[in-house]
Amino acid sequence: MCVCVCVCVQSGPASLPAEDISTNSNGPKQDSLFDDDPEDLFAEATEEVSLDSPERDVLLSDGPSPAITPITPPCSLITPHIDMFTHCSFDEIEEEEGGDSFDMHISVSDPEKVGDGMNAYMAYKVSTKTSMSLFRSQDFSVKRRFSDFLGLHSKLASKYLHIGYIVPPAPEKSIVGMTKVKVGKEDQSSNEFVEKRRSALERYLMRTVKHPTLLKDPDVLQFLESSELPRAVSTQALSSAGILRMVNKAAEAVNKMTIKMNESDAWFEEKQQHFDNLDLQLRKLHASVESLVCHRRELSVNTALFAKSAAMLGNSEDHTALSRALSQLAEVEEKIDQLHQDQANADFYCFSELLGDYVRLITAVKGVFDHRMKTWQKWQDGQILLQKKREAEAKLQFNNKPEKLQQAKDEMRELEGKVQQGERDFELISKTIRKEVSRFEKERVKDFKTIIIKYLESLVQTQQKQKVKNIIIIIFSISY
Amino acid sequence: LKLANMRSVSVDLNHDASLLIDIPDALCERDKVKFTVHTKTTLSSFQKPDFSVPRQHEDFIWLHDTLVETEDYAGLIIPPVPPKPDFESPREKMHKLGEGEATMTKEEYTKMKQELEAEYLAVFKKTVQVHEVFLQRLSSHPILSKDRNFQIFLEYDQDLTVRRKNAKEMFGGFFKNMVKSADEVLISGIKEVDDFFEQEKTFLLDYYSKIKDSTAKAEKMTRSHKNIADDYIHISATLNTLSADDSTYRHCGGYYMSSFVFLQKVEGRVASDQELKLTELLRYYMRDIQAAKDLLYRRARALVDYENSNKALDKARLKSRDIPQAEEHQKQCLQKFDKLSESGKKELTSFKGRRVVAFRKNLIEMAELEIKHAKVSSPIQPRDFYTLIHVYNM
Repeated sequence: MCVCVCVCVQSGPASLPAEDISTNSNGPKQDSLFDDDPEDLFAEATEEVSLDSPERDVLLSDGPSPAITPITPPCSLITPHIDMFTHCSFDEIEEEEGGDSFDMHISVSDPEKVGDGMNAYMAYKVSTKTSMSLFRSQDFSVKRRFSDFLGLHSKLASKYLHIGYIVPPAPEKSIVGMTKVKVGKEDQSSNEFVEKRRSALERYLMRTVKHPTLLKDPDVLQFLESSELPRAVSTQALSSAGILRMVNKAAEAVNKMTIKMNESDAWFEEKQQHFDNLDLQLRKLHASVESLVCHRRELSVNTALFAKSAAMLGNSEDHTALSRALSQLAEVEEKIDQLHQDQANADFYCFSELLGDYVRLITAVKGVFDHRMKTWQKWQDGQILLQKKREAEAKLQFNNKPEKLQQAKDEMRELEGKVQQGERDFELISKTIRKEVSRFEKERVKDFKTIIIKYLESLVQTQQKQKVKNIIIIIFSISY
Repeated sequence: LKLANMRSVSVDLNHDASLLIDIPDALCERDKVKFTVHTKTTLSSFQKPDFSVPRQHEDFIWLHDTLVETEDYAGLIIPPVPPKPDFESPREKMHKLGEGEATMTKEEYTKMKQELEAEYLAVFKKTVQVHEVFLQRLSSHPILSKDRNFQIFLEYDQDLTVRRKNAKEMFGGFFKNMVKSADEVLISGIKEVDDFFEQEKTFLLDYYSKIKDSTAKAEKMTRSHKNIADDYIHISATLNTLSADDSTYRHCGGYYMSSFVFLQKVEGRVASDQELKLTELLRYYMRDIQAAKDLLYRRARALVDYENSNKALDKARLKSRDIPQAEEHQKQCLQKFDKLSESGKKELTSFKGRRVVAFRKNLIEMAELEIKHAKVSSPIQPRDFYTLIHVYNM
């Protein structure tokens, strides 16, 4: 199946009649008037490529849809709605499993502050739209708070991590961010925090339900469907950070073991290396993108400051026409500032946050590998113990102590059972990890392509809008 | 090093064929820049019609200072002295880059190095330009172009170092320091009788602070653009590494990287265009307005001297002593003041015209450049973009 894209930019008349110059209000339409380049390849492209996927319209519409919240966010805070989870790859995955074809969409919205003071919390509306038979209805929603999400994750982690399933990590706790919200500071940064968290929770849920095994888990179903959820306790201990810490500690412990695992399977060795490399590169990329976000926000601030300064300079200028020109320059720069802000948001939500998700996901993958090592170790320890018991039994037989012999024989039978179980566990976790890694990698590659393409699209859009700026500058310089 | 056509801030300079000056090339040795000052003239006051001399930045300073300290030119706006070539910023960055080399891929390092070399070159070009404009302002000024020291500067084929030292000993930079310190206070405190100068004073003092602020803010904007361009270098390098390691999407990794390389080029170019046109313009006129303020200051001092001479004359009349000297002194002060006022009015009027024309020229050129970039070097050529999409769907 082919998802094609059409970026709709028409090339218009080559020259602009003089009368039209004065009105320059609307953005995107304007730029087409100046595409007088006969070799404008966009023109050809609209004929070649067909519009297949309806999601494309969401991206190419005039502006991203804002997340409506009762907490009035400042207008600049618009999250580009990254609909990266709804694409054709799901059909392939689910056909393997032989169940319902995956058709599910979860959104987290309407953050509402409940309560007052330090006991206050944010309640989010979790809405599910699905046609899958797993669920009691096709369109339903519930109210959940952050600790509910953490509780869900801790349950899933405790059930599935140690047997080799890559459980998506929950979003990070943030004491500083949350305190600001609790205290009731309704400013730009606390609104951004809420939006960042809302977006992260949505991605978390979508990743979780994309996992064919986790989707069927009763805890997940309960989380999505039941109106009342038992309050998750001691989530402080079980926050995803906490779990990751546990996983990392386990990893360290395994590394410190003197017995090195005889890796009979080259696949695992290769994959381990691969994920170590990926981890390194992703962290580096994430750091660079975070730097980009930071610098673009700085650019936005500096542009706004310059705009104000240019306006003041324009006021001070005594030559009338130049004064007008400088004031118009200031206005243009203000518009540019808005563009920069929007782009910074896109940088952040489309790129930086998603990379951050993957950095945490890779850590979870590495954790799963470490669990396999632990399983192997347990099996080996069992075998060693069994060996010792066998030797002890032989000695007992030699020394003819019947009661102790029976006890030893019983113990040995028990141990043999455990060792066999250990071997089965090891084989099972190895098999599971193979499947999981294969699924994960397929997802990851698709995700990366999507992330980057959508990000580049957003940059192209910004570039289009910048054309408007150029036109406006030309306009004022001509008129003076 | 082709440096022609870089005169972004000057207008109507170097059109008078009787004296044409330019700096066709320059050499950069460590910190020192050696400018080749080339003169073409039809004036008989010069020994040759076409000649060049090597000059250093300090020689320009000497020339400027001698002009400032010449009494006869007190009523003129002396073109601002070109600032010292400042390679500090790119040099520091180059040093940091060297230290961080181990953490980058070879490609990343090469790109960053290229960027720094370009920055170095830009600083170099700017400094040549600003020195050239200084000389051209002099050559196109009816009075200053005839200055003896100016001629020596253009013609004297030996090292000017000796002359520079002598000049320093003679004047000791004393007068210049005085001008700098008492500036604003004196100018604003004066009771102005002439409407023209009253308006000019108000305007220039206000405008100076505003343009100084705008210059600083424009510089910050340019720096942010450069930072973003650097980020794109790092991102493209890491994407490249990722795609190289990962056989699954090696075939499209190159497109991502080249897209970011385009973006980086665009950001870098936006930065340098803004820098040249807008920031340099603001910076230059900030200095020029300072020079105009200096003129106001000198006139204000002359007014103070005149008022003091009046007081001295009254005192002399009271004491019936030394009246003729006091009268003579007062007459001289008045003459000087009137001369400064007349010349100052002319200078300030033409200054305003010059400034307006320069702003217009630069803003138009800036806009034209931006349009050119938006069309030609859009970050992702549509061709590449669609290839990207098709690759994605493979």
